[in-house]
Amino acid sequence: MIGPQLNEPVATTAAPEDGPEEWIACPQCDALFTATVPALGERACCTRCQTVLIAPRRGAFLRVIAFAITVMILMIGATFFPFLQVRVAGMRNAASVFDAVLAFVDGPMVALSVAVAALIVLIPVMRAALVVYVLFPLTIGRAPYRGAAWAFRLAEVLRPWSMAEIFVIGCAVALVKISDLAHVDYGPAFWMFGSLVVVIGLQDSSMCRWTIWKALDPETRA
Amino acid sequence: MPLDDLESAGPGDKGMTGTDVVTARDRGLVACTRCTRVWPMDTETCARCGSTLRSRRDRHLQRVWAWLSVGIVCYIPANLYPMLKTRTLFVEQDSTIIAGAVEIAQHGGYGIALVILVASVLIPIGKFISIAYLALSLKRQVKMSRHRRHQLYEVVEFIGRWSMIDVFVVAILSSLVQLSAIASINPGPAAITFALSVIFTMLAALSFDPRMIWDGPEDRQE
Ligand SMILES: [Zn+2]
Ligand SMILES: [Zn+2]
Repeated sequence: MIGPQLNEPVATTAAPEDGPEEWIACPQCDALFTATVPALGERACCTRCQTVLIAPRRGAFLRVIAFAITVMILMIGATFFPFLQVRVAGMRNAASVFDAVLAFVDGPMVALSVAVAALIVLIPVMRAALVVYVLFPLTIGRAPYRGAAWAFRLAEVLRPWSMAEIFVIGCAVALVKISDLAHVDYGPAFWMFGSLVVVIGLQDSSMCRWTIWKALDPETRA
Repeated sequence: MPLDDLESAGPGDKGMTGTDVVTARDRGLVACTRCTRVWPMDTETCARCGSTLRSRRDRHLQRVWAWLSVGIVCYIPANLYPMLKTRTLFVEQDSTIIAGAVEIAQHGGYGIALVILVASVLIPIGKFISIAYLALSLKRQVKMSRHRRHQLYEVVEFIGRWSMIDVFVVAILSSLVQLSAIASINPGPAAITFALSVIFTMLAALSFDPRMIWDGPEDRQE
């Protein structure tokens, strides 16, 4: 959230002798650097605002693909199994994410239904699928698929709108909110969602955007 | 940017910021904020990722104000109308965001009441003020240093999505508590306006160009 700690200022201010294809500009403050790739596991940060610019990881593409596929599989289970169960006076009801999405279907609330479905299920899954599409050919040493740059840009644009982790905390709040109205238990999907959040976090943190963009760029690929 | 400025910022210059930091703009380059590649100033689209290139999204400042205004306008009914309609055997109750939190606190759930108040009241209002402050700070002298303002921007960007939690809680409760005559919970109109308010405020934050913070005069403490 707040600027990550500066590891080593590996990026240096751009020297005039190297070409613009070797330069990198901080997206947050426009400072210009010569892109120097740090050692695996280290991060090159903007010397002015500490934004992480380059953070290469060993076997990152493969790992990101593995995480993305896990996200897609977990999401199927997390959507259709119940995540909370409620019991009142002998009556019981279990709700899945699918039910939660349909909660607003009546009347003018449909828009909200669509929004909830998009934010907690569709967008996370779509991002995972896009990332696999972008990275798969790169891991097997092929040229990127058609429209890979567009796909990766979309995945990045969608990032703030992927809200599965917020939904998990929402479950906990909901549970307490009705605990004196009814007896509530976590269902299997709650735990799936919990692990989904962890995997999405891993997927995003092991991805070095600059490395991917460079790999997608026909000019700098080589 | 005027042409004569472009020419004065030749290679090796200290740059217009007057410090050691040279920006892409100082070098007559436009940076892609999506993939960090730099291009000659008059380039319109990034050939690497396809994003529209703007050295500074200065005209987007109007967009920031526009999104922020609708966000605030939507937040008002979100607090006046009920978020949840709870119906049990004997009582039918409509509760607004704040009334809901107060009720939970009365039942001893101070932690959860606090989470709801923070996510639904403190964060939205804090966001409105922060975005307005950041936008105003570009035009006039303010006390807060550029580093601090950039940190504030990152916090706003990170935390804004979490306000969505209350909408998810409503969705969860409405799908879970549907126990025919005994108890049922349904979403109220505030759920939709609140969700809109969160979305518009996120769009306001996303339209803001943090690079403009760094164009301002340097602070003494920096
Ligand atoms: Zn920076
Ligand atoms: Zn680009």
